[in-house]
Amino acid sequence: MSKVIRYAVKISAFLTFGILFFIIGYILFRGIPHLTPSLFSLKYTTENVSLFPAMITTILIVALTLLIATPIGVFTGFYLVEYAKKGNKLVEIVRIATETLSGIPSIVYGLFGMLFFVIRLGFQYSLIAGTLTASIMVLPLIIRSTEEALMSVDDSLREASFGLGAGKLRTIFRVVLPVAMPGILSGVILAIGRVVGETAALMYTLGTATKIPNGFFSSGRTLALHMYLLSTEGMHVNESYATGVILLIIVLMINSLSTYLSNRLMKGR
Amino acid sequence: MKSKSFEGFMKGIFIVSAMMSILAIILICYFIFAGGIPFIAEYGVKGFLLGTEWKPSNNPASFGILPMILGSVYVTIGAIIIGVPIGILTATYLSKFCGDKLYRVLKPSINLMSGIPSIVYGFFALTVIVPIMRNLFGGTGMNIVTASILLGIMILPTIIGMSEASIRAVPQSYYEGSVGLGATHERAIMTVVLPAARSGILSSVILGIGRAIGETMAVILVAGNQARMPKGILKGVRTMTTNIVIEMAYAADQHREALIATAAILFIFILIINATFLIVKRRSAN
Repeated sequence: MSKVIRYAVKISAFLTFGILFFIIGYILFRGIPHLTPSLFSLKYTTENVSLFPAMITTILIVALTLLIATPIGVFTGFYLVEYAKKGNKLVEIVRIATETLSGIPSIVYGLFGMLFFVIRLGFQYSLIAGTLTASIMVLPLIIRSTEEALMSVDDSLREASFGLGAGKLRTIFRVVLPVAMPGILSGVILAIGRVVGETAALMYTLGTATKIPNGFFSSGRTLALHMYLLSTEGMHVNESYATGVILLIIVLMINSLSTYLSNRLMKGR
Repeated sequence: MKSKSFEGFMKGIFIVSAMMSILAIILICYFIFAGGIPFIAEYGVKGFLLGTEWKPSNNPASFGILPMILGSVYVTIGAIIIGVPIGILTATYLSKFCGDKLYRVLKPSINLMSGIPSIVYGFFALTVIVPIMRNLFGGTGMNIVTASILLGIMILPTIIGMSEASIRAVPQSYYEGSVGLGATHERAIMTVVLPAARSGILSSVILGIGRAIGETMAVILVAGNQARMPKGILKGVRTMTTNIVIEMAYAADQHREALIATAAILFIFILIINATFLIVKRRSAN
């Protein structure tokens, strides 16, 4: 009996990690040979199916999303941890709201973004509509990591700061925030990963134009969307693999950075 | 001092920020439900939820979403059958069987696994699993089983992450007591530690169900997407999520309202799953 359990556990673990490494290996193996210079041409044409415009669009949408979601998320964390008193009703509601937000599937975000930003507010398929949709989507992630990071800061630091005559704001920005920074950053980095990998929420908000957006109200496509559109067309399988390689490289970098930061947070304690 | 009023001002900004997620959830509920429910009321709840025909271009058009509801339910059940046992056992391995050195490599791998974009999983399934299914069972290879395998893989990191944490949270004394009474390492874990962690494991499964039912872009590539009643596990299906993405591009008027209504039903499913998750989590916290 014990033997059976031991084997079942080991086989499962082997399957999980085997599949993971196989997926990564397979995409890299099939994609790297197709990372040709023409894939990085400045302009997309139906012949070169360049992913360069998609790369720029991805960077734009990630940057803008962080610009909107990070302050809101971090400030929410400040309120929840540093200001609100225990048993505060607002805190309860905000918690329920963020937990619900984090469970909503991306297609529902996408549809909402289309109905609200694209149609009701008249933004059309645009960088701004995509950014706002993505910002709502990553908000719970940033809020939660900020909350956890702030709560892990030792209370004696706050008391020392107050004792030296610093006000609440000064204490938060000068004492608490620097200590909590790695934790907050690792949440922000996870948010980057979420936006980079997103497709369903952006298809009907950012749209699928093949060029680099030339303004907030111009459409574009991210790398993940680009890969999706290439795979459904079925004409450019090799280029899909190549796009997959770029996505995987980004995800690998994002993950190593976030692991590094959270390790630093653990050590700091 | 100016700082007093500035403090108050910043506190106001923090409160406004905190209200943003509440505002977001209200707006989302409003736009999805206000867009979908009038259509359901007009078309008839029964005809919409239990109608077996989805033919938006017929005259008169029929908008029954039972095929898609069943499609979502079937692939989710399939994902659970595949993902849950492997996930829980892998979590057990990570928390109780693997050495420290190995753990330092494997744990980040799980995070990496949850960070891989769903389109990459979908594309992998399209180019690897679909041809295998085609060779084994004939047909197109795009069917319930293929989608279930794909989703089963995709929910692994969710299940493993949370289950592992809850297994680790079980007091060491449970394990020691059991071993002290003569149980082997494996037996102590299976009969004492895992049952003690069951509510955490259960919430990981619920979270996994939510992920599976909400997944869209990966499923589109491998499920076949035929909008008809599922006829067997080796036949293609369309889920609620994919129905929205596939037809939204060209839908207009009533057809579009029907798609928003589909999203409303999907949203209700998700809200129920979320509420169950919160209840189980609260209970395990107490």
